[in-house]
Amino acid sequence: MDTASRRPPILAVLTVIALAVAVWLVFAYAPVEREQGIVQKIFYVHVPLAWNAFLGFLLVFVFSFRYISTRDPRFDQRAYAAAEVGVLFNTLVLVTGPIWAKPIWGIWWTWDARLTLTLVLWLIYVGYLMLRHYVDNPEKRATLSAVVGIVGFIDVPLVYFAIRWWRTQHPKPVIAGGEGSGMDPRMATAFWVSVLAFTLLYAWLYRRRVEVERLRERAGDESVPEGGVA
Amino acid sequence: MMRAARTVLWKDLRIELRTKEALSAAFVFCVLTLVIFNFALDMNSAEARRLGAGFFWVAFSFGGVLALNRSFALEKESGCARALMLAPVDRSAIYLGKFTANVIFMFLIELLVLPLFTVFFDVPTGAAIGRLLLIFALGAVGFSAVGTLFSAVAANTRMRELLLPVLLLPVVIPVLIAAVETTSQALGADVEVAFWFRLLVVYDVVFTTVGVMVFEYILEE
Repeated sequence: MDTASRRPPILAVLTVIALAVAVWLVFAYAPVEREQGIVQKIFYVHVPLAWNAFLGFLLVFVFSFRYISTRDPRFDQRAYAAAEVGVLFNTLVLVTGPIWAKPIWGIWWTWDARLTLTLVLWLIYVGYLMLRHYVDNPEKRATLSAVVGIVGFIDVPLVYFAIRWWRTQHPKPVIAGGEGSGMDPRMATAFWVSVLAFTLLYAWLYRRRVEVERLRERAGDESVPEGGVA
Repeated sequence: MMRAARTVLWKDLRIELRTKEALSAAFVFCVLTLVIFNFALDMNSAEARRLGAGFFWVAFSFGGVLALNRSFALEKESGCARALMLAPVDRSAIYLGKFTANVIFMFLIELLVLPLFTVFFDVPTGAAIGRLLLIFALGAVGFSAVGTLFSAVAANTRMRELLLPVLLLPVVIPVLIAAVETTSQALGADVEVAFWFRLLVVYDVVFTTVGVMVFEYILEE
């Protein structure tokens, strides 16, 4: 049996504790924001998710690069796990964003630089996951997806500058107040604990995902697509 | 190395010259896109002129993807991919050959669509032709740099051609924005373009370099 699954789940326990503390801090400790009201609480979820999604895509790049230079399948598994959890977090960012934006800005969506970048990133890495799904040979899949993982990440700064410059030339929608400017210290505490909690959550999910890939490799059913024939 | 790249380039050009498959399909598709835009949006001539640059590049993106798909799908079908792998030449030479062929195809598609675009949208393309050709060239290089790479990636998957647009379009968004902005400026809009030209050049240089460096990993099996 796998030794990893017998280890005491320290990371899982830490994650659960951190999330519980974060929930308490967010709802009981941090004051309700004066202008935005209770809606602003979503900020403690939205921003940590976004940061971790970006971190995840950085990991995809690093592991893709290491896979290409070492040909060690473990790096491919890590890149895959990082991408999948990254896309999950990215999706949640795209869901929580509009929920926050509608009551505050009056619109679900605006083509603001950060929003647009997040959406483009989502598209790039969903493409990455799709690609993985459509290649049966494990080595080939690892190489091809590593190439996309590298190219996709190199593209990020270019996309960012393009969108930012494009945005500054167009009329801005009404944006009422930004975040982060002069946060209440209690809010800051809640926020940073939240960041820690979501980072732990990312790390935990990532670890579990890597384990699943490792087990799958051992079972040798890598080429079996979901719902496909063995 | 240059000799190998040239050989691959001539091979691709000759195939296209004889079959005219990729260019004609891409061209018809571009025209269709422009026509569909016209039906979908029903613009007056002022609106058409203002939005024209965007339509041109959207049409080109779709048509260009079609042509790029052929680039490696053909190699796979004919078994030429294997022959290229066995050839005792530097892999980056193969990339450069395919890439150059694709740049030429992309540029030709842009040139073919231009007259129709001028007619449909009534935009003064004649006066700005020099600037437009420069934008076309920079755009063609950007599209082909990543397009050649991803065309090879997509050809190796079960989805084949269907995957290329999904992979390519998000990554070429900077090229698309820059091309639309510079084109609308060339057609008379009041836009600051120095940044966009710089972005196009940077994108072209970065991804041609990346392409040369990582292509060798795709070709092996």
